[in-house]
Amino acid sequence: MAAPDRSWRLMLYFIEQCLNGVQLGMLLFLLAAGLTLVFGIMDLVNLAHGSLYMLGAYFAATFAVLTGSFVAAVALALIASLIAGMVLEVVAIRRLYERSHLDQVLGTFGLLLFFNEAVRLIWGPAGMTLALPPAMLTAVQIIPGVFYPAYRLVIILAALAVAALLYFVVMRTRLGMLIRAGASNREMVGALGINVKLLYTLVFGLGAALAGFAGVMQAPILTVQIGMGENILILAFVVIIIGGIGSIRGAFVAAIFVGLVETVGRAFLPDMLHRILSTNAAATLGPALSSMSIYMVMAAILVFRPEGLFPAASR
Amino acid sequence: MIKTTFVAAAALALVAGPAMAQQKTVKIGFISTFSGPTAVIGNDMRNAFELGLDHLGRKLGGLPVEVIYEDDTQKPDVGVQKTQKLIESDHVDFVVGYIWSNVLLASLKPLVDSKTMTVVTNAGASKFAGELCSPYVFSTSWQNDQTPEAMGLYMNQKGIKKAFLIGPNYAAGKDMLAGVKLTYKGAVVGEELTRWPDQLDFSAELSKARAADPDAIFVFYPGGAGVQFITQYVQAGLKGKIPLYQVFTIDELSLPRLKDLAVGIPGAQEWVNDLPNDANKKFVADYIAKYKKRPSFYGAQTYDAVGLINSAVTAVKGDLTQKEAMRKEMEKAVFSSVRGHFTYGNNHIPIQNFYLQDAVKVGDDYVLKTVATIVKDDQDRFHDKCPMK
Repeated sequence: MAAPDRSWRLMLYFIEQCLNGVQLGMLLFLLAAGLTLVFGIMDLVNLAHGSLYMLGAYFAATFAVLTGSFVAAVALALIASLIAGMVLEVVAIRRLYERSHLDQVLGTFGLLLFFNEAVRLIWGPAGMTLALPPAMLTAVQIIPGVFYPAYRLVIILAALAVAALLYFVVMRTRLGMLIRAGASNREMVGALGINVKLLYTLVFGLGAALAGFAGVMQAPILTVQIGMGENILILAFVVIIIGGIGSIRGAFVAAIFVGLVETVGRAFLPDMLHRILSTNAAATLGPALSSMSIYMVMAAILVFRPEGLFPAASR
Repeated sequence: MIKTTFVAAAALALVAGPAMAQQKTVKIGFISTFSGPTAVIGNDMRNAFELGLDHLGRKLGGLPVEVIYEDDTQKPDVGVQKTQKLIESDHVDFVVGYIWSNVLLASLKPLVDSKTMTVVTNAGASKFAGELCSPYVFSTSWQNDQTPEAMGLYMNQKGIKKAFLIGPNYAAGKDMLAGVKLTYKGAVVGEELTRWPDQLDFSAELSKARAADPDAIFVFYPGGAGVQFITQYVQAGLKGKIPLYQVFTIDELSLPRLKDLAVGIPGAQEWVNDLPNDANKKFVADYIAKYKKRPSFYGAQTYDAVGLINSAVTAVKGDLTQKEAMRKEMEKAVFSSVRGHFTYGNNHIPIQNFYLQDAVKVGDDYVLKTVATIVKDDQDRFHDKCPMK
């Protein structure tokens, strides 16, 4: 009974790691969706997107302390992120549309540094925690033998709901039509008499709300601290390059792919390398290789299909 | 003839000149992390250091003190730059600090080469307790293996037969996992070293631990990563299913953020807030009064550095060029340490007790309590590799 039992357990373990990968992918999708919209429609490289993610998390932690309710904190943090995004757009970002990508990188990088310091001044250097309601502090048995943290399931489901909502807005509403048109050919949209300025503000705000939502969702797992958006922002850029700039569908597929490769690679590569190398070498090489694999895919896409898997624009 | 005498006299005056200069202040260079998420540790150390100086009337051995604080930003290359700045540009008499083992190892050569008296108040890399030991470098903390060795002994006491080890992949992480394996007698069913410092999502490792079905998980994650690990461990539903044994993961800095999540998770440490000696009672009471929060072990170790340096400067009556005499005095460890009396091994690492600590809820507050002494007068196992006698 030992051999089938072992491979069955390995299978269950693999499923659990895949779920972790999907959860990371969902998080990346939330970040990448906002980023790809802004890049696609306004042709703006926004390095401060990670800061909006961080702000969302800080807002949620603060509102949780003020209201005492997790759900209220999430809702308020979303609204606050939306407002923060729109204010940022009006005050700073709109000056960057006409500039070159390099200027945008420099400008938004400056914003990133600004936000890091601002957060440190307002909330202090120690970071905050967002506590989960006790009901979510358990593991759920989704299939017999696979226990998965309830909260991570909530993240997956919530992100899927947001993805569905985004799909609905983009495909079935007038705003969505304008967004798709802007991603395709923004000059024409302006020429047709649409208030492009307002559209841009709304799109940026939407992106900020998505980033903030990602930050809020991730806060109970990773805790809230300064600079928390920077590492994940790099992955988000990889996602939008692989998926195609301006394409939300591309962002979704690429995000799941990147999340799976990163997590499953990190989990299984060290064990596979174990058979040939020492523990130390395998432990260092494994995560490094799995990260590398994502960038290699990105490089391959840039060489063979530079517009991404699901290109949005046909300029 | 007169000309030669004149030249000789002038040369003599030049040589005699510097020797007549007196040491007016004690200059101390303090290196720690003051930015980023781990700045809380650096701030705690600075607070404790300042409190220690206040307790001595801002004088060490009767001389006024000047402290220069530098930020290593948790990076070894920045740490070594700042160390060199303190030695070569600021000409400090003592260098104090170092949280991270990798930063310390990078900075050790400039310190030893320049013969600068150094007091390390946290980092415990095994190399500097062994082959790289130096007469000029002292520790008021421990060697990395000591604390997990104590935890390993406790795990034996609790009858743990299968353990899963998780830690970060850098000098201290590897030392910690190696340390627990030294004393723990059961089987190690899995060992995970995670990317440091950027990997903060431990879902994969926790899933692996669950799949390996151990009796217990041993963990080491200092600073903010500790908060994240404990949070994710509880979220995975593992608390209550697989007990956790930790070193340096739950401390007075992370406890206010973890609250209930930390309650009931045991840890090993050489100092806990409630140690009953007089020096400690004064330290804790005054720290709380001045800074409105409890000190952590990082602060306690840094506070001891003040006492150690003071004993040295007093012994040489302020003449800081007498490094041999200062070293001899420091080796005696005659000052009142907040962890109680300890002695130094030949490698300048303390020989000290290790206590079992538990996180408990007292009213609305969360504190660390000493539960038992795990081991008395424990000496690190690298002291024979050190060439000093």
